[in-house]
Amino acid sequence: MLRTRLIPSLLLKKGRCIKTVQFDAERDTGDPVTSSRIYDAQGADELLFLDITASEEDRSILVDIIQKVSEQCFMPLTVGGGIKNVEDIRRLLKLGTDKVAVCTSFVENPDFINDASMIFGKSTIIGIIAYKNINGRNVPFINGRRTQTDLEVLSWAKEMEQRGIGELFLYSIDRDGMMDGYDIQLIKQVNTALAIPVIACGGAGKLSDIIDVVKESGISAVSAASIFHFTDQNLIKTRAHMKNQGLNVRSV
Amino acid sequence: MIAIIDYHMGNLRSVAKAIEHIGGEAVITNDHDTITAADKIILPGVGGFPQGVKNLEKLSLINLIKDQILSEKKPFLGICLGMQLLAKKSYEFEETEGLSIIDAEICELPRPDETIKIPHVGWDDIDIKKKDVVFFNRISSGDTFYFVHSFYMKNSKPEDVVATCDYGIEFTCAVKKDNVFATQFHPEKSQEHGLDILYEFLIWEGQN
Repeated sequence: MLRTRLIPSLLLKKGRCIKTVQFDAERDTGDPVTSSRIYDAQGADELLFLDITASEEDRSILVDIIQKVSEQCFMPLTVGGGIKNVEDIRRLLKLGTDKVAVCTSFVENPDFINDASMIFGKSTIIGIIAYKNINGRNVPFINGRRTQTDLEVLSWAKEMEQRGIGELFLYSIDRDGMMDGYDIQLIKQVNTALAIPVIACGGAGKLSDIIDVVKESGISAVSAASIFHFTDQNLIKTRAHMKNQGLNVRSV
Repeated sequence: MIAIIDYHMGNLRSVAKAIEHIGGEAVITNDHDTITAADKIILPGVGGFPQGVKNLEKLSLINLIKDQILSEKKPFLGICLGMQLLAKKSYEFEETEGLSIIDAEICELPRPDETIKIPHVGWDDIDIKKKDVVFFNRISSGDTFYFVHSFYMKNSKPEDVVATCDYGIEFTCAVKKDNVFATQFHPEKSQEHGLDILYEFLIWEGQN
């Protein structure tokens, strides 16, 4: 039976891991290669890197990080941030990345989804929706949290699925770093509407938040960051707790 | 030396790094002479079947690979798309002919109920059908491996099927035929269990 995935997300900026609150208020949380090694040793199911400074010069730092991580961690790696075209994807895959995650460029050029899916296979392509709730409407944002789109989360999720993404990374900007629980209602709504797996992110502050979102929304993958940086929880304790609560997690 | 065939489909570096990690020597290549000189061959790959075939054709690798497997009898490992390409044909996007090493075809995973999400992504356990296969020396049924795919190998011959996985349907996740072993899951991404399987390939001479 497929195990529920626990995926630490690592936000990268200029070669360091950072953690944000509502995509703002950055705090340094360490060296990405060291962090990856720890997550690997603790049996993370995958690692997800989001590079939030995607200038060309920072890109070479990312290249170095991904190379080092892929030499040491024999587990799935996803990289997102600043991916603009098929060539960017090809380059990342060549370095040791298994899947890529794209937000802004898919909104700006939806045909890019079809192209990427056709060339690399849909299971390589993750669509990111980073959204805020504005007057009761769930609105995707691009360019970090700088640009509001005129899209709506559920319909955009369906369109990306139809164009060929293999997974959806659903990231609540409102809940990022708040450590006050996931946006369960919307996660459940989106997960029910899609045939592809949904990875929920944003809001884990205590172990029960992770249990609740998996049990109530039916998702099979959950991502978290703050809970591993700023509390005394780690992946081993989290997984043990999930298992005790009846979730089907991997034994490592 | 192991030749990891570079046909521009997915993450090859991880396979090379995993082989090096367990003490092997690997080179990522599409050079005919290098492949011919190698002791063993790995065909990895992630992506669409038609694109995979197209790329192999463009590099004139199809006949070379078949010759290395069938005439030279080199130990051969197919991973993910590299397993699927061994089949007779695939129905991904369009009907496409494969290498016809394994008598099977590649079809889309069905979605019998809403809890089954496609692609099949994540860690799932395998059910070993042939326990005497060397690749499972240190693996038991119930051990988990990393999968990421929407298509699967269908109608393979029971004698070739060495492990299955249950995801909505029971499907073939590892085949072995003579000097060919292939997995739908990614050993290079499956931590200790995956490295165990790669190690067995490293010391395998191509028999049972």
